[in-house]
Amino acid sequence: MRKSPGKRTNWHDPLHIGWPLWVVSGSAVFFLIVPVLLLVPMSFGSAEIIEFPPTKFCLDQYSKFFTHPGWQSAVLNSLQVASLTSVAATILGLMASIALVWGRFKGKGFITGFILSPMIVPLIVLGLAYYVFLAKLGLIGTKLGLVIAYTPLTLPFAVLPISATLRGFDRSLEYAALNLGANRFQTFMKITLPIIRPGVMTGALFAFMIAFDEVVIALFICGSGAVTLPKKMWDVIRYEIEPMLPAISTLLLLLAVFFLVSIGLLQRRLARRMEIR
Amino acid sequence: MKRNGTSSTGRTLALKPGLRYFLLVSPALVALLLLFAYPISIILIKSVFDPQFTLKHYIYFFTNSLYIRVMWITIEISVLTTLTSLVVGYILAYVLRRARPGIRNIFLMAILLSFMISLLVRNYSWILVLQRNGAINILLTYFGLIDHPLKLLHNKFGVVVGMTHIFIPYIAFPIYSVMMGMDLNLEKAAQNLGATRWQTFWRVSFPLSLPGIGAGALLVFIMALGFFITPALLGGRKEQMISNLIQIQVVDLLNWPFASAMSAILLVVTLIIFFIYNRYLGAERLWGGVKI
Repeated sequence: MRKSPGKRTNWHDPLHIGWPLWVVSGSAVFFLIVPVLLLVPMSFGSAEIIEFPPTKFCLDQYSKFFTHPGWQSAVLNSLQVASLTSVAATILGLMASIALVWGRFKGKGFITGFILSPMIVPLIVLGLAYYVFLAKLGLIGTKLGLVIAYTPLTLPFAVLPISATLRGFDRSLEYAALNLGANRFQTFMKITLPIIRPGVMTGALFAFMIAFDEVVIALFICGSGAVTLPKKMWDVIRYEIEPMLPAISTLLLLLAVFFLVSIGLLQRRLARRMEIR
Repeated sequence: MKRNGTSSTGRTLALKPGLRYFLLVSPALVALLLLFAYPISIILIKSVFDPQFTLKHYIYFFTNSLYIRVMWITIEISVLTTLTSLVVGYILAYVLRRARPGIRNIFLMAILLSFMISLLVRNYSWILVLQRNGAINILLTYFGLIDHPLKLLHNKFGVVVGMTHIFIPYIAFPIYSVMMGMDLNLEKAAQNLGATRWQTFWRVSFPLSLPGIGAGALLVFIMALGFFITPALLGGRKEQMISNLIQIQVVDLLNWPFASAMSAILLVVTLIIFFIYNRYLGAERLWGGVKI
C-alpha cells in the first residue's frame, strides 16, 4: 500500500486501501484458514474422547490412525485410485489441450465445453449414474470402477492448467526443430514436452487432488470392497464419534500445504523455462 | 505428435490440420462419451421408463408440496451462498489487486491453501467450531456474552457459512484475474475529471470487473445447486437440498426411478445455466478466468 497523500484532496491514489477494507479482507482470510487450524492442537489431544481445548498432549491419535488396518487400507486405496486417475486424466488432458489450444476445427467451442462439463455436473448425479453403470459391468466396490468414474471428473482440472501453459509456449521453437529435420513426434518429445512439463505436472497434481478428496461418488460406488479415505471419513463424521479425526484432518492439512508448495515451485520453474527462449 | 497447421511441413502430410487436431482430442472425447455421457444417459432414460414410458415421476415431483419446498430451499441457499461469497470474494479480490506484493502473496497463499484443503476436513472443522460446545460458543460463554449456547449448527446459518467458506476462492479468483487486467489509471482519470471515490468505484472499477463477477457468481451458483456434502453435514432436517433428497431416495427408499427423475431435473437446470455461460463467457473462464 502506498502512502496516501497527507493533504486530503479530490485526487486519490487508486492503490490506497481504506481500513474498513483491510478489516473485512483480513477477517475473510481468518475465516478461510483458522477453523481448520483449530484441528491441529486438537490432534494432539486424547484419542478416546473429543475435547476442545485438549487437556493433554500426546500422539495417541496418530499412532491409532497409523496402526489401524481399516484406515491403512483406506489410505492405500485412495492413493492408488488417485494416482491411476491422475495418470489417465493427464494423458487424455494433454492430448486434448494441444488440440484445443493450437488446433482450429469445427465444433471446437462445443468440444471445449463438453470436456470441461464434468466440472459442473452435480456429483450426486454422477454418483447415481456410475452406480447404475458400474453395477452393469460388475465393477461396484472395485478400484477400477473408481478410476473409471474419476477420470472424466478430473479431466477438466488437468486440461485447464495444461492449456494455460500451452498458450504461453513459443511455437517458433518447434518450427526450428522441424526445420532442422526432426519429425513431429521427436519435436514434441525433445522440445515441447520438456519445456511445458511443469505445467503438465500441475495438471496431474490437480487431478490427483480432486480424485483423492472425492466423496459423493464414492458413497455410491465404493461398496465395501474399495473404501477410500474420504468415504471412511464421511461414515465416521456422519455416524460415529471418532476422536482421531483431528489427527487425520491435520495430516490432510499437511497434504494441502504440500500441494500448495509443489504447485508454487512448478509454476516458478515453468515461468523460468518460458522466459529462456 | 501431430500438431501445427501452418508451417510448410504441415502441408505435406496427408491429413488436414483440422483433422489431425481432431484425432488428438478424440481419445478424451471417446472416454467422456463412454464413461461420462453414457452413464448419465442411462439415468435420464431410467427416469422416464417404469417399465413403460411414463412422466409420472416428474409430475409427482412438480405437484408434491414437499419437493416444491426442497426446490425452494435449494434455490434460497444457493442464492444466499452466492451472494455472501460474492461480497467476501469481491472485497478480497479488490484488496489483492491493490495490496503490495508481500501482503498480496500472503493473502493469495491463504486463499489457495483453503481451496486445497479436503472438503470433508473443512466441513468437519465447522462442526467443531459451530456445535453446541464448539469453539464459538465456548468463547462467547467465556466472555460472558451469552448464557445459553447459540444454535449455530444444523440450521440454515451453518449451511451458508460452510458453503461460503468453500466457494469464496471460486469467486475471488475470477474477479481477481479480471481486475489484474484492469488499468488503475482509469480510476485516476475519473478522479481527475472530478468523480468522487464512490462514483469512481460504481462508474469505473465496478463495471470493469463485471465479467469476473459474472463468471464467479454463475460458477458458484451452479455448484451450490447440486451441493451435497455441506447440507448433509451442517444442515438440519429443513436444510436438506435436492442432492440430499436424491441420496435419501436411493439409499433409504431404493426408489431409483424417482431419484433418477430428480437427478435429471437438477442436471438439466445446471446444464442450461452452463450453456448460457459457455455461450457468453466461455467455459474456460470457469477457473480463474483462464482463457483457453
